[in-house]
Amino acid sequence: MTGTALFLRRSCRSGCRPPGAGVVSTALATAAILIMAVLLLGYIVWMGASQLTPRFLLGGRPEDMFQPGRAGILPMVLGTAARVMVMTLFVMPVGVVTAVYLAEYARPSSLLTRFIRAAVFNLAGVPSIVFGLFGVGFFISFLGNGLDHLTGSETPHFGRPALLWASLTLAVMTLPVVIVATEESLRALAPGTREASFALGATRLQTVMRVVLPNALPGILTAAILAVSRAAGEVAPILFTGAAYYLQETPGSLTDQFMDLAYHVFILATQSPDVERTTPILFGSVLVLLLLTSGLHLAAGLLRSRIRLRPAGGIP
Amino acid sequence: MPSHPVPPPSAPAATLGTGNQPSPDWAAIRRPHPRPVTALVEGLMLVVSLTAIAGLLLIFVFVGREALPVLTGSHGHTLPAVAAEGGGTHPDAGVDPLAWRHLLLPRAWEGYPAPSYVWQPVSPIPKYNLVPLVAGSLKVTLVALALAVPFALASAIYVSRFAPPLLRTWIKPAIEWIASVPSVVIGVIAAGALASALQAAFGYTHRLNAFVAGIALGLATIPLVFSLAEEAISHVPEDYTRGAVALGASPWQTTLGIVLPAARPGITAAVMLGFGRCLGETLIVFLASGNAAVLSAGPFDPTRTLTATIAAELGETVVGGPHYQMLFVLGSLLLLLTLLTNGAAQQVLRRLRRTQETSP
Repeated sequence: MTGTALFLRRSCRSGCRPPGAGVVSTALATAAILIMAVLLLGYIVWMGASQLTPRFLLGGRPEDMFQPGRAGILPMVLGTAARVMVMTLFVMPVGVVTAVYLAEYARPSSLLTRFIRAAVFNLAGVPSIVFGLFGVGFFISFLGNGLDHLTGSETPHFGRPALLWASLTLAVMTLPVVIVATEESLRALAPGTREASFALGATRLQTVMRVVLPNALPGILTAAILAVSRAAGEVAPILFTGAAYYLQETPGSLTDQFMDLAYHVFILATQSPDVERTTPILFGSVLVLLLLTSGLHLAAGLLRSRIRLRPAGGIP
Repeated sequence: MPSHPVPPPSAPAATLGTGNQPSPDWAAIRRPHPRPVTALVEGLMLVVSLTAIAGLLLIFVFVGREALPVLTGSHGHTLPAVAAEGGGTHPDAGVDPLAWRHLLLPRAWEGYPAPSYVWQPVSPIPKYNLVPLVAGSLKVTLVALALAVPFALASAIYVSRFAPPLLRTWIKPAIEWIASVPSVVIGVIAAGALASALQAAFGYTHRLNAFVAGIALGLATIPLVFSLAEEAISHVPEDYTRGAVALGASPWQTTLGIVLPAARPGITAAVMLGFGRCLGETLIVFLASGNAAVLSAGPFDPTRTLTATIAAELGETVVGGPHYQMLFVLGSLLLLLTLLTNGAAQQVLRRLRRTQETSP
């Protein structure tokens, strides 16, 4: 790690030939990746920046979604906000409790612990479109239709795409993100934090509630931001579980469908009535989506590096 | 777990904590008779912690459930009677398009001169051959990995071995940022500017094809492979480097001859996870691959993948119908492939951890 790099450079300085072709080529490959990233970002900013007017950001009626100059993305941003908030309500309690269990209670070697860890790892690898199928097969067809059957409603009330089902699908998808990030922050607490609490006579539960969780709060916040950042840009899981192409009304309940920013980008890219004219709207929406997810990503990164830099001795 | 009234014999000092922190295994220490409230809270925590397992099982059950009738041949769908042109019976009437042999083997359908692999779910005689889609997925994935693996590995080597520390603190977050870009955004750029630029550069016929999708998918996969490979290289014990340099090896020789072989399991796992990620990616390939379900080996031909097929067609199917069930078959196949890849990567990583723990 850092030591190795310093060590290598020192040995080179005393030796010294200029860096060989191997080193130069790896540096060039790195530069190429960074250039691709800069081009991607630069192109989107270049194409979308002129769209970022107050009217576009904070206004817009759904029926003007394809009208340059009149289109606005507020309905879509609200829909995205709604779905990530509902998702957070579901995923955070479950994810944090699982992380606390894994970090504070579980025996690392027990079969059950290993099963939970394997499930988390594998859940993280399930393709997002399969989550979409799962949302349709489980939440809509099974739970939704089941609820309709129980309540005896003739027309499908629960058994159709809805904000609730899309959010739940995303909650299952982001569960590994929350568990892994939270557990990492629990394990990063200063050594001796727990022991100090135990030494004062606190039980394990008291230690968790009054020492571990308060100290890990920034880490838990990071986990939530990471989950939201991941979910906000996803289209595949919500394609069939709740996102709507066009809605007259803002969703008023959990069983309504919703318009969505990421899905709106997808719609503009695939089903625009006039590609030439709607290109500015497309890139405006792409830029806003990118700023949203990148901003969250940056916030999570900053928060995380602050946690790492925090001086040892954790208890305030 | 309240079911253990006595602390296990191997209490604190004998079992050291996880990882390299030499703290006692506090989880192993138990009060001999837990108070009811404690037992209840711990029990509840355990139950909540099973959600991840339950989620994974439910995915298997409910994606598989819709696919099962096709797989077992008990779907009970009958084709509408199709009349041949000019009367008489249609040559393909009575064929079960959901039979295994039609999903996997070529058939000379009416109107096709030779036995062919056809995915054509919307037609009088629907045809559901999986081969073009699987081949399409693999083709796009191979292009993506051909771009992502060399660049990500070279960059991981540079960042972990040669980059000045200050530069490293900027490069890593910059590459990781790419991973946070939504795939629909990369897909839009791929189908727009990237497709035009590549077509101008290579001069092929179809603007959207497996090559364009593969390049975009490769860019999206670089951060994953980079992060995992960088971690694997960084975790090679420093003694290896010291030993090699002491024997007179140059930094590059040390990296190539000593450090990379030692990090190979981690790098292998990184590539495998990259493969799984590519196979499961939807929006990029949906937008940039051209979506023609035609079996071809050419990288510049329009191609349709398993994921894009589900995304494109599920909205137009009748719930519970043969087409709907076939899309769940595709989903089950994807789930199986990605989980197998993940499981194999996990095995490789576990072996790596074991050897690293026992190595000096």
